[in-house]
Amino acid sequence: MIKNIFKPLHNNLNLLLPIRFHNIYLKLDNNFFFKKLSFEINTNGISVFIGSNGAGKTSCIKLLTGLIKPHSGSVLFSTNNKILNLIGYVPQKIILLRRSVEKNLLHTLSISNYPTNKKKRIKEILKFAKLEHLAKQSARNLSIGQQQLISIMRALAIRPNFLFLDEPCANLDPNTTQVIEDLIKIVSKSGVKIIIVTHDVFQAKRLANDILFFHNGKIIEHTKTKSFFKNPKSKEAKDFQKGLLLK
Amino acid sequence: MIELTEIFKNSLKLIFSLNLDLLEIIFLSLKISFFSLLFSCMFGLPLGSLLAVSKFFGRGFLVLFFNSMLGLPPVFVGLVLYILLSISGPLGSLELLYTPVAMIIAQFCLIMPIIVSLTKQIIEQMTEEYDELLKSLRANTRDKIMTVLWDSRYSLLTCVLAGLGRSLSEVGAIIIVGGNIAHATRVMTTTIALETSKGNLEIAVALGFILIFISIFINLLVSILKEFAEKVSYD
Repeated sequence: MIKNIFKPLHNNLNLLLPIRFHNIYLKLDNNFFFKKLSFEINTNGISVFIGSNGAGKTSCIKLLTGLIKPHSGSVLFSTNNKILNLIGYVPQKIILLRRSVEKNLLHTLSISNYPTNKKKRIKEILKFAKLEHLAKQSARNLSIGQQQLISIMRALAIRPNFLFLDEPCANLDPNTTQVIEDLIKIVSKSGVKIIIVTHDVFQAKRLANDILFFHNGKIIEHTKTKSFFKNPKSKEAKDFQKGLLLK
Repeated sequence: MIELTEIFKNSLKLIFSLNLDLLEIIFLSLKISFFSLLFSCMFGLPLGSLLAVSKFFGRGFLVLFFNSMLGLPPVFVGLVLYILLSISGPLGSLELLYTPVAMIIAQFCLIMPIIVSLTKQIIEQMTEEYDELLKSLRANTRDKIMTVLWDSRYSLLTCVLAGLGRSLSEVGAIIIVGGNIAHATRVMTTTIALETSKGNLEIAVALGFILIFISIFINLLVSILKEFAEKVSYD
C-alpha cells in the first residue's frame, strides 16, 4: 500500500530503458572533459555513479537531466523526449523555495502539471515522510536532514519514472542517511529507475544493483555491484575501494 | 539666530495651519510621484525580470542602457524632454509641456532605470539560486519569472520604495518640463528652490520639514517591511 504512492504515473519502465549516452563530447573550462563517452544503462533498480570528486559523475547526471548540453553526441532515452517530463532530480545543493514545506511541493506539482488532486498528493507525501507537522513551516528553516528529505519527496511528488540523486546523503548524520536510504529502496521497489551519484563506497555497496565507476571523465567499469566489490578489474577501482588517492 | 528661530516657528505654523496652497503643492507632489512610480513599476518590474532570466538579442545593450541611465543628470533628462515636448519639437502637438503629465514622464524616465536595474539585480541573484531546480522541472520562462518574482516580492517592494524616495526628491527635470507654475505644476521640491531664491524661507523650510517627514516615513516603512518579511517570507 505504502509503496504505491511512488508508483510512476506512466508505469512502463521497460519501455523507457535503456538510457544511451552516445559519443558524448562535453567541454568544461574550454577543455573536453568527456571525449567520446558512450555507455548504456538498461537495468531496473538502482544504478550508482561512483568515483572521486571531479571524476565526471555530476556532469553525467546533469547531462541526463538536461541541465547541461553536450558539445556533441546525444543522451537518448529509449523512446521519445516526452518522457523527460518524468524525471525527478535532487541536486547536490539543496534548493528550497522561500515558501512553506507544502507550498514547495505544490509549486513542483503545479509546474509539472500534475494531473490529479494536488493537495491530496501533498498530504500523502508528507504523511509518508512523517513531515505533516511541518507542512506550514518555512522549508528553509528546517534541519539539513529534513530539508534533504523534503527535496527528495518533492522530486517524487510528480511520480517520476526516473529519480536522479546527486550526493543525497552528503553532510547527513547516520540516522538521516539510514532514513533516506530506506526511502530510496522503497521507491526503487515501486518501479522507479534510480541513479545515484556518490563517492561513498559503503553507500554504493548498500544500495546499488549496478555500478558505474568514473575516473577522469571516463567510465572505467560498469558492472554488477557484487562483481565490482569482489573482483574490481581496474587498478583505479581497487585503489578507490581501499581509500587510496587516485591519480 | 533669533531670525532663524522665527523662520522655524513660522514654518511650523504654516504646516499646522493646513495652508491650502501648501496642501495643494503637497498633493500634486504625491500625485506626480505616485503615477510616475506606478508607470515605472508597470514597465520596470517585468523588464528587469526579463533581463534577469532571459537571453535575447539586444539584452546586453538594454542592460548597458539602463545602467547608464542611472547616472544621467536629471537636468539633462529635463532638457531632452523639453526639446521633444516644446511646440517646435516632434511631440509638440501633444501640448504636454508645462503640464503635470510632462512631469510624470520626466520622473518616469528617471525612476524606471532604477526599478529596472534593482529588479534585475534582485531577480538575477534569486534566479541563479533557483536555476538548477527550475530547469530540472522544465519550467518555462513565464513560470520561472513568476516563481522568482513571488519569492522576491519583499525585496522588490523595498526597491519600489527606493523609487518613490527618488521621485519625491526630484527637482531638476520637473522644473524644466513643468515650469513651476503656481496652482498647475508647482510641487514641493520646485517650490523650495523658488521660495529660497526669493528669500521666502518659511515656506521653503515648511516644505523641507514635510519632505523630511515623508523620507523618514518611507524609511520606517522599509524597515517595518524588512522585519515583517523576515518573519513571513520563509527565508
